[in-house]
Amino acid sequence: MKTGHTGKRVGWLLRILVLGILLFVVLYPFLWMVVTSFKAEADIVAFPPKLFSGHFGLQSYIDIWKRIPFMDYYKNTIIFATSVTCVSLLFDTMAGYAFARMKFPGKNIMFLLVMGTMMIPFQVIMIPLFVEIFKLNLTNTYLGLLLPRATNAFGIFMMRSFFISLPKGLEDAGRIDGAGEFRIFAKIMVPLCKPAIVSLFIFHFMYQWNDLLYPLILTTDESMKTLPAGLATFMGTHVVEYGVIMAGACLSLLPILLAYLFAQKQFVQGIAMTGMKG
Amino acid sequence: MKKRVTLEKKRERAGLLFVAPSMIIFTVFVFVPLIIAVVFSFLKFDMMFNHIEFQKFDHYIKLVQDKRFWNALFNTLYYTVFSVPLLIGLALGAAVLVKRKGWFSSICKSVFFLPAICSMTVVSIVWSFLVNPDVGMFSYWLTLFGFEPVNVLNSPTLAMPAVILVGVWKNFGFNMVILLAGLNGIDESYYEAAKLDGATSWQQFKRITVPMLMPTLSFTIVNAIIGSFQVFDQVYVMTKGGPLFKTQTLVQLIYSTAFDSFNMGYASAIAVALFLITFVASVLTFKRMTKGEEDLA
Repeated sequence: MKTGHTGKRVGWLLRILVLGILLFVVLYPFLWMVVTSFKAEADIVAFPPKLFSGHFGLQSYIDIWKRIPFMDYYKNTIIFATSVTCVSLLFDTMAGYAFARMKFPGKNIMFLLVMGTMMIPFQVIMIPLFVEIFKLNLTNTYLGLLLPRATNAFGIFMMRSFFISLPKGLEDAGRIDGAGEFRIFAKIMVPLCKPAIVSLFIFHFMYQWNDLLYPLILTTDESMKTLPAGLATFMGTHVVEYGVIMAGACLSLLPILLAYLFAQKQFVQGIAMTGMKG
Repeated sequence: MKKRVTLEKKRERAGLLFVAPSMIIFTVFVFVPLIIAVVFSFLKFDMMFNHIEFQKFDHYIKLVQDKRFWNALFNTLYYTVFSVPLLIGLALGAAVLVKRKGWFSSICKSVFFLPAICSMTVVSIVWSFLVNPDVGMFSYWLTLFGFEPVNVLNSPTLAMPAVILVGVWKNFGFNMVILLAGLNGIDESYYEAAKLDGATSWQQFKRITVPMLMPTLSFTIVNAIIGSFQVFDQVYVMTKGGPLFKTQTLVQLIYSTAFDSFNMGYASAIAVALFLITFVASVLTFKRMTKGEEDLA
């Protein structure tokens, strides 16, 4: 009885210890990033390095806009992420709905093809994609960034699963009223799947916002780069200014971080849903 | 009767219209590029397509003899072999530890997931600075423990482990959330029965948690393997494939061959090889895992 008790105590302590260390390891880089972005360059490179030392100010947050076309990066990322997310959500939902609840020739083969695209890594097709976009004269355009991402197999799969789970015969009410198929879809079906749409919205938006390789190969102009591509280039070519880069990094994380604070549940639900497909 | 038939036709047409946008996009931007990738791998061409030469299997013969390719393949496998067990092990451990309800668990969950919502670019930039021997906190702490200050990202032996650890740091929270969803799906009564039989925590973990979690676990493992074959972002930001090509992965090799040296035909051959390797690896893993499942059933 007694050993069981101490065993429990040790287990409890071990759990707190392990989780505490993990918390520190995960949080420290974030803390360092934020603190460094408010420090003067001379204080950052001082030896030995200290987290809180010297003067704090907003100089880095002023400089970042002058050093690199940060405003362009920000604007491009917002346009890219928003347009892809909205268009893809529309097409994913439509296709998911049709695969779940409509009959049409070639349905099964087409669904198999859609699922098959998940097996094809982007890296395998990125060279032909680059050439296609180049030949269509769409390199360095928002349309060129949008088109290849305008639909997504996982999104279709997720929406299909959702529509399948809705009760049978839901369409009939609309049909009796003489509504067309698109009206039934938009007025009856879509309002029912708000939670799935919110999760998918976050999923798509976050993915585009953070993506590096895809926008990197489809944009060559400095003024068309997105935040990850722009920051990566800044890091590679300039004499490193730690404070300025950290200010840029913080600003680039801010929208997603704020969204995470307010909609943590939806973030986590969306991710947990990706696991369901296994 | 006739009216009914046309109505059905109308509905079929509506169905086709609903999937049409997605199918057109997949055709133009996935299926056609996949075929083109294979075609490219047999050609030599310049960006304007003024000179196109058929190369037969030359690119594949070159591939087999190319030291850079084998090096990149080795590095990719090195990354996979170390990062996948670390990543999934850590994610599973964290999931088990934070499964319990309570404020501490909630905080841990929120924090561990934090890196998953950040871009790998930002994560790589921050970590590059943290291990930097001139300004980095972590390298300074190591010197306090008596280690010589080393430039980790410039060291042929340490650069890859650093790249791996950054990948694990970024992704374990993501996998933890998926595993946690699986853990919460396991019926509590199994554990109660096991406790009555006097099973220890470790026995419960081994005999109940892992087998019951197998579907979710195999999903995360296959996903992690596929992901590790596609590693690019960290390498691009932290090392550019160096030092001495010690961190050059397959995707980084494809990228630099295609977009730095503009040898797109040869890069396509490497891409086709990557596709085959990823495909075989994920099918094999999945087979093994599902076989394990059947054995348990």
